[in-house]
Amino acid sequence: MWTLLQIELYKIFRRPRTYIAFAAITALIAIIQLGLKVDGKSYMEFVMADLNRSFSIEGNLLNGYFVCYVLLNLLLVHVPLLISLIAADMISGEANMGTLRLLLTKPVSRTEFILAKFIAASIYTLILLVWLAVLSLFVSMALFGTDDMFVMKNYYAVQISEDDVFWRYVGAFGFAALAMITVAALGFFLSLFAENSIGPIVTTMSVIVVATILSTMSIPLFEAIKPYLFTTHIVTWKEFFDEKVDVNNEVIKGTLQNPQRIINSVVVLCVHIVGFVAASIWIFKKKDVLS
Amino acid sequence: MHEIIRVTGLTKKFKDLTAVNDLSFSVKQGDVYGFLGQNGAGKSTTIRMLLTLIAPSAGTIELFGKKLQGNKHEILSQVGAVIEKPDVYKYLSAYDNLRLFAKLSGKKIGPAQLMEQLETVGLASRAKDKVKTFSQGMKQRLGIAIALVHDPKMIILDEPTNGLDPHGIADIRNLILRLSRERNKTILVSSHLLTEIEQIATRVLIIDKGKKLVEGTAEELFDPAQTVVELSTLDNAAAARQLAGSQWAIMLQPQREGRVVLKLDRKSIPDLHRYLVQHNVDVLSLQPRHSLEDYFLQLTSGNQHVDAFTD
Repeated sequence: MWTLLQIELYKIFRRPRTYIAFAAITALIAIIQLGLKVDGKSYMEFVMADLNRSFSIEGNLLNGYFVCYVLLNLLLVHVPLLISLIAADMISGEANMGTLRLLLTKPVSRTEFILAKFIAASIYTLILLVWLAVLSLFVSMALFGTDDMFVMKNYYAVQISEDDVFWRYVGAFGFAALAMITVAALGFFLSLFAENSIGPIVTTMSVIVVATILSTMSIPLFEAIKPYLFTTHIVTWKEFFDEKVDVNNEVIKGTLQNPQRIINSVVVLCVHIVGFVAASIWIFKKKDVLS
Repeated sequence: MHEIIRVTGLTKKFKDLTAVNDLSFSVKQGDVYGFLGQNGAGKSTTIRMLLTLIAPSAGTIELFGKKLQGNKHEILSQVGAVIEKPDVYKYLSAYDNLRLFAKLSGKKIGPAQLMEQLETVGLASRAKDKVKTFSQGMKQRLGIAIALVHDPKMIILDEPTNGLDPHGIADIRNLILRLSRERNKTILVSSHLLTEIEQIATRVLIIDKGKKLVEGTAEELFDPAQTVVELSTLDNAAAARQLAGSQWAIMLQPQREGRVVLKLDRKSIPDLHRYLVQHNVDVLSLQPRHSLEDYFLQLTSGNQHVDAFTD
C-alpha cells in the first residue's frame, strides 16, 4: 500500500498538468492582491458603505485577514475545477493512456490500488490548499499587515479581534480541505466510468453546478434534499468567522456562533467521502479492464 | 515437464456476445506457446482473463498449479506481460518507467539490474530519454523490459509485433527465442501473424470465434508432404504447360494470381528446380507458402471445429 501510494504521488508530481492548478491559484491571488493593494480603499468604501453611514470605524480594515477572507470567498468556488483536473483523471487517465491494464497485471490488490490512488488525490488536494493558504493568508498578512477582522454577514457585521483570528483560519482551511476532498472523491468516483479525462472532469463540474443551484434555491421541493447535498455544506467554512455574544451583546472571544452546524457539515462531507470511495472500490473490484 | 497454465472450460460472455466459449488448453514449462486466431477470435480476452483483468463467466484457470482466483498476488508476481501495445507513462523516461513498474512487482531491483534489463532490450543508451520521444518499436521493447524486470517464470505477450517494422519484428522474435532457450522461460505469445508463430512456437493453439479449433506442435499441424509451392517465371503459362506434360502434373494446383502452384513433398523442391532449369524455364522465384498459414486459412474459412489431436 505504501509503495503504491509513493508511486501514485510520484506520478502526480511528475506530470506537468499537476502544476496548472498551482500556477492558476498563484496568478488569481496575485491579481486580486495587486488590485486591492492599488485600489483597495475604494473597494472598502463600497463594501462598508452601509456600516459607514451609522458607525465610525477606525483602523486598518483592509488587512491581511480581511484580504484572505475575500480571496477564499472568490477562490473556493473555482478550486473544485482545479482539483477535478487531477482527481477525475486518476483512473480514466490511466485507462486512456493504456497503463491501467499494465498496472493491474502486477501483483497489487484492486482495493489497495483504489485506496492508494484516492489518498494520493487527497494529498494533492491538501498540498494545493496549503499553497492557497500560504499565498492568501501569509502573503496577504505580509502585504496588508494585520488588525481586527471585519466580516460582513447578511444581516449583521462581525468584528473579530486580531488575536482571535488565526485559529479560525486554521479551522477554515481544515474544513475547506475536507470539502475539497469531497470534490476529489466525487471526481475520482466518476473517473471509473470513462476512458478519457474530459468526460469525468466535465461531469464532476456539472454535478457541482447543479447541486450548488439546488443548495441555494429556496424552492420547497428542494428544501428536503438540501441538508444531504455536499454543496450545501461546502460553504460552512464561513462559520469559523462568527462569534457568540453574551447577554450584554459583548463578543465572547474564542467562540463559534454555531459549532453544531460545522459538526453537521463535517459529518455530511465525511459520509460523502466514505460513500464515494466505498462505491469506487466495489465497482472497480468487479470491473472488466477492457482499455 | 509440469503444466504452468491449465485452462478448463473457460467462457466469457459480454451481454449477448460470447467472446470465449468453453476453451481448454494447457501450457507446459519451457513451452513457447503460440496462441493464434484472427482479430476478434478471443485471444486478448483469454489473455486478459489469465491476467485477472477480466473475470471469466465460467471455467477455471490454474497457473503454477494454483487456482488464479484466490492466489492472484502470488501468481502474478511470477508472471510478466505485455498486452497489445505496451503503453507506459510518456512524461517519464524509460528508466523511470522501468523503476516504477519494478517497484510494483514486489521485488527489490537495483539500478544496475534496471540498466541491465534496458541493455537486454537495446534501450540502455536511451534510458534517460522521455518515452514520448520513442518510436513504436522502442516502446514495445520497453514494454518487454517491464514484463521481464522482476525475472518472472512465465511471460505472456499479446500481439508483441503489432506496429513494428520487419527489423523490429525480427528483434522481438530473437528475444523470445533467447528467453526461451537461454533463460528457460515459459512464454505464451498471441498473434495473428502466423509466420511469426511458426518460427518460434513449440506448441500452437488456434482459436476462432472464441472456440478452440486445434492444438498441437507446429510439426503436428503441418504435414511437410503437403507443402504448397508458388512458382513465378518469365512466362508462367509456358511453365504450366511444361509441367502439365511431365511427372509433376499430378502435383499441379489451380493457379493463384497467374502464378503456378504445386503441392508436393518439401524434399522434392530442389528436384523441381532442377527440372525447370533443365527444360529452359526462366525461374524468377520458387516459394514455399507458409504451411501454417494455409492450414489456418483452411480451418477458419471452413469454420470447422476439430478436437485437439494431441494430448
